[in-house]
Amino acid sequence: MRSFAALYAALDETTRTGEKVAAIRAYLAAAAPEDAAWAVYFLIGRKPRQVVGTRKLRAWVGDAAGVSEWLFDECHEAVGDLAETAALLLPPPTRTTTLPLHRWVEERLLPLAGLDEAAQRAALREFWDELERGERLVFHKLITGAFRVGVSQRLVIAALAELGDIAPATVAHRLMGAWQPSAAQFRGLVAAESSEPAASRPYPFLLAHPLDTEPAELGPRDAWQAEWKWDGIRAQIVRRGGQLFVWSRGEELIGERFPELAPVAGRLPEGTVLDGELLPWRGDQILPFAELQRRIGRKNLTRTILAEVPAGFLAFDLLEHGGRDIRERPLGERRRLLEQLVTPLAGDALRLSPIVAAAGWDELAALRADSRARNVEGLMLKRKAAPYGVGRVRGDWWKWKLDPLAVDAVLVYAQSGSGRRASLFTDYTFAVWEDGALVPFCKAYSGLTDAELAEVDRFVRGHTLERFGPVRAVTPELVFEIGFEGIARSRRHKSGVAVRFPRILRWRRDKSPADADHLDALRALL
Amino acid sequence: MRDPLIKSTERGLYCAAGDFYIDPWQPVDRAVVTHAHSDHAVPECAHYLTTAPGRELLALRVGEGADIQPLAYGQPIVHHGVGVSLHPAGHILGSAQVRLEHRGEVWLVSGDYKLSPDPTCAPFESVRCHCLISESTFGLPIFRWAPPAATMQDITAWWQANQQAGRTSLLLCYALGKAQRLLAGLDPERGPIYVHGAVERCNAVYRAAGVPLPPAPPVLDAARAAAFERALILAPPSAQNTPWTRRFKRPVRGFASGWMQIRGTRRRRVVDRGFALSDHADWPELLAAIAGSGAERVLLTHGYAQALARHLREQGLDAQPLATRFLGEAGGEEDVHPDMSESPDDAAPDADDTRESDDLQDMLESPADERGRR
Repeated sequence: MRSFAALYAALDETTRTGEKVAAIRAYLAAAAPEDAAWAVYFLIGRKPRQVVGTRKLRAWVGDAAGVSEWLFDECHEAVGDLAETAALLLPPPTRTTTLPLHRWVEERLLPLAGLDEAAQRAALREFWDELERGERLVFHKLITGAFRVGVSQRLVIAALAELGDIAPATVAHRLMGAWQPSAAQFRGLVAAESSEPAASRPYPFLLAHPLDTEPAELGPRDAWQAEWKWDGIRAQIVRRGGQLFVWSRGEELIGERFPELAPVAGRLPEGTVLDGELLPWRGDQILPFAELQRRIGRKNLTRTILAEVPAGFLAFDLLEHGGRDIRERPLGERRRLLEQLVTPLAGDALRLSPIVAAAGWDELAALRADSRARNVEGLMLKRKAAPYGVGRVRGDWWKWKLDPLAVDAVLVYAQSGSGRRASLFTDYTFAVWEDGALVPFCKAYSGLTDAELAEVDRFVRGHTLERFGPVRAVTPELVFEIGFEGIARSRRHKSGVAVRFPRILRWRRDKSPADADHLDALRALL
Repeated sequence: MRDPLIKSTERGLYCAAGDFYIDPWQPVDRAVVTHAHSDHAVPECAHYLTTAPGRELLALRVGEGADIQPLAYGQPIVHHGVGVSLHPAGHILGSAQVRLEHRGEVWLVSGDYKLSPDPTCAPFESVRCHCLISESTFGLPIFRWAPPAATMQDITAWWQANQQAGRTSLLLCYALGKAQRLLAGLDPERGPIYVHGAVERCNAVYRAAGVPLPPAPPVLDAARAAAFERALILAPPSAQNTPWTRRFKRPVRGFASGWMQIRGTRRRRVVDRGFALSDHADWPELLAAIAGSGAERVLLTHGYAQALARHLREQGLDAQPLATRFLGEAGGEEDVHPDMSESPDDAAPDADDTRESDDLQDMLESPADERGRR
């Protein structure tokens, strides 16, 4: 645990990717394979389920530290991180331990889940007394299911590839799908290139970058394949070993959530992997994403909801064909094979993502302007000659989204942020006018520069009207332009609307609250 | 019921009976100054009273021509019937707590203070009083400093690791107080130590006062980048991201401040490493100092005043936050955010200017930053 906590601190202390890779590699090289396996598991963002609720943790830490509930909350607000607050408040340990990471996880952390409350609490008291501050921080993050570390999967892959002297793509592929950390698994992870992939394993998703230039700068129009940018759930369908696996980009198996797929996708030939998007549609009409969310939110997929929001898979790429990994072949060729494969099977549950035909960039731009009416987010531009790369390769796939919808809204509530925004009021609620009153309609956290955040923070402190725990009601004075990707009716929101991906586009210093938009302006966008 | 001996006014803490201010923030006729940090010492007062060991630092802050009356620690004087004496606060060289006595009632203004050991200044002295006005910058139980010797060891180990990587250690710290405390704890045998001009000016005053500091020439006098490879550089936070730091090749940046106790603050400062070394009292020290004063009434100022006051009330004390100039919220200042008063961009005095920025303001870079309000 000690060296893993030291690795966590080292990763936290540098922003240079080279140093991060070096730190991970050094840890993995020195660690026993069973420890290294868990470290990789945590570093790539897999985490054990929460074993201790945050409310319990608060209460027990407060008790052990002799800190009352309100004082704990004040501290939490200042620190902006529960695990860290708890680590800082607890009295110093009286013992030390050299118990290795895998034993901490397997013998102490995971079994906590099976204990009753009194036993959990007693166990934590024992553990705390053996852990110093940095170890406690990591431990708390692990037991509350909040473990996150500032490294991308790419960096972990780079470190593993260096360690095993193998291709990063091989490592990436080995990390996909379901696996349990163990010494053998770690050895397999860094073993020399070999063997067939495990039956269920998907390929790393190729991700697009936002287009930040004029499309004409990409060169000739016919070097690029244009498709709609669908607003659904990115997924891969893996057909191997007589089985069918549907993977989300978050590497979750989600086949059960989409029973429609089983019959038709089951007819795919053995050794096929499709990349595409899960979408709600009825007939030829794509439904808004909010509809799909309604369905995802259900515990039980009732016949009613399946009928109300039918969904299917829209295939746009072919990664494995006849049991062979064809990702290195150019998109043009993959597309031909994809069409041959999917066209005969196409129906309500499986379709081909159509190619958007347009002779020139201008014509394409005109079609893009129409995206909202089609319930798509814009266009995807894919280089026909490009292979299917690993991760966020720049230059081959571009997302050319529509500009966001926007309204001017007034800052009404603020709350302090977490992490690097701890102790700063950076999480805001915005309101628009309705019948002479301000009605909150969304929260937004991003879009301001550090200097602007500091300024708003000062404003909040100087203009607090009321405090509700960590939330401050402020004088409605500051106006911001709020952008969002989509809007839908909502019964759960006071305003009656829910917006998708709201963020601050800019601070409208030129506007006073009276100039802010009315709720009608939002309704008009529905 | 008589008027309180000290009141909070628009210009700062005011003693009506003696007609003088303590650490005023606007020019006044008579100012008693606890120490020379910029949030405690304003220029252009007609008359200053401060400690004898703090006199030169105050002169550096408010100007050589100022009328500054030095007073030895513990020596009482009487002004308009108010007994005044200054007592060591352990914050920086010459820092004082101000004890006022009037008609049998004793008030104590703590100024900034700490109880942990510091070889560069006289140790904090516990003074009994009826009413205590205490700072509360770090008034939350998350603030518990490690023993300073352990933190100095961490800094030394960090320096050593940077040396092995062939990189310069750039340690940001307040130029007055923190820098000298660090210097006094560093081992000059380990490698060359250089300082920013702002630090150098304060060092000169400390050395003249007889505080032993290891040799630490200003960066100006040193040679090229190669000379700094194994070096540790002490510079004020405002030097971060200025052209001045360009002379060091890929420096590793550290920051020594109590605020580094919180990871979020360090990450926001964009430094590689934080060392929680503070010249302010931590939570246990605040509680110890307040209990040691025997005060029945406690007024709190700076930092987490509300939280500390509430905690003290729960312990049965009459405690309140003291309204001060950093207003905005009823009863005090929660304005504790250490870094945002100084955005890195503002700190660059002149983007094209590669000379050292060592104007007076910069030189006496104040721990207002450490408090977050300036």
